[in-house]
Amino acid sequence: MEYIDPHIHMVSRTTDDYETLARMGCVALSEPAFWAGFDRSTVHGFRDYFRQLTEIEPGRAAQYGIRHYTWLCINAKEAENVSLSREVIAMIPEFLKCSNVLGIGEIGLNKNTRNEATVFLEHLDLAVEHDQQILIHTPHLEDKYQGTQMILDMLCNDSRINRERVLVDHCEEHTLGAVLAAGYWAGMTLYPVTKCTPARAVDMIERFGTERICVNSAGDWGPSRPTAVPDLIMEMRRRGHPAEMIRKIVLDNPRRFFSQSPNFVDDWKRE
Amino acid sequence: MNKNPVLDREFLEIRSLIVQLAAALDRVQRCPDSSKTDKRRGQIESAIRLVLHSDGNRAEQVQLLFSRDFDPDWKQSLLK
Repeated sequence: MEYIDPHIHMVSRTTDDYETLARMGCVALSEPAFWAGFDRSTVHGFRDYFRQLTEIEPGRAAQYGIRHYTWLCINAKEAENVSLSREVIAMIPEFLKCSNVLGIGEIGLNKNTRNEATVFLEHLDLAVEHDQQILIHTPHLEDKYQGTQMILDMLCNDSRINRERVLVDHCEEHTLGAVLAAGYWAGMTLYPVTKCTPARAVDMIERFGTERICVNSAGDWGPSRPTAVPDLIMEMRRRGHPAEMIRKIVLDNPRRFFSQSPNFVDDWKRE
Repeated sequence: MNKNPVLDREFLEIRSLIVQLAAALDRVQRCPDSSKTDKRRGQIESAIRLVLHSDGNRAEQVQLLFSRDFDPDWKQSLLK
């Protein structure tokens, strides 16, 4: 089945992974800017990273017939350095004209600190000023509930933001309902140990329905499975869900969300 | 004939998860330095009690048990 992985960090993956994704049915993916596993020290490091996301990765993906899209930001872990964050935010508009950029992301919170909230709000300003979609990272483990509520507070208090153009990612059982009820798109990350298994994600789809929900692998440099979306497809099939419902989750929903960006090319055929 | 096809499908998986949980708790208990005052032990015991409840909302309740509280007035302290 054709599918889109709406959140995967391919700069951390091998070319073999691109081939495997293509064999599994991946037709497009989007790669939010994230933490590289270490804190970068200068704005120049981010400029090089953004060039990798906008120039290099689309070419690697294209070798296997996969469309590569990206989102730009300084992530929450590095947002503790507010002055560096402001330099990066000031530089991002240089890249917004690149043909594979869908918006600003993955912005959000990590440990729910004052500096993270400050930088998050400044990213929202950037997105609004440049009419960009927004992809949001929610914190891990014990910080997720608190951080997601804080993020929803900040989003809902900003009347400039079109909720249909925002996806709040890494939702789990205790946060998904609030995100959907507030009118945002919700992402579920299929990630070993710290996030969601395919079975739990399907449980939530059965409970909350298929509207405004996407699933992703968030494959990166840590323990993660770049083929996690096909694992979800298998789990939905195992439970007897119809192909149309599965396709809505793994293909049609990300297409619908991404299509709100002028850079998204939605021209592949349905199976 | 079983009447619950979901239980038919999930039984062995549930059994396996419970054995894994039991073995992990045995492992923790065997550790000589294991502190009985570690708050995480209390969290685990509370979570197991929640799992035994039958309100159909176990996963969300367990997630909340392992979560930091949210203060609705967080902006007053953090974003002054």
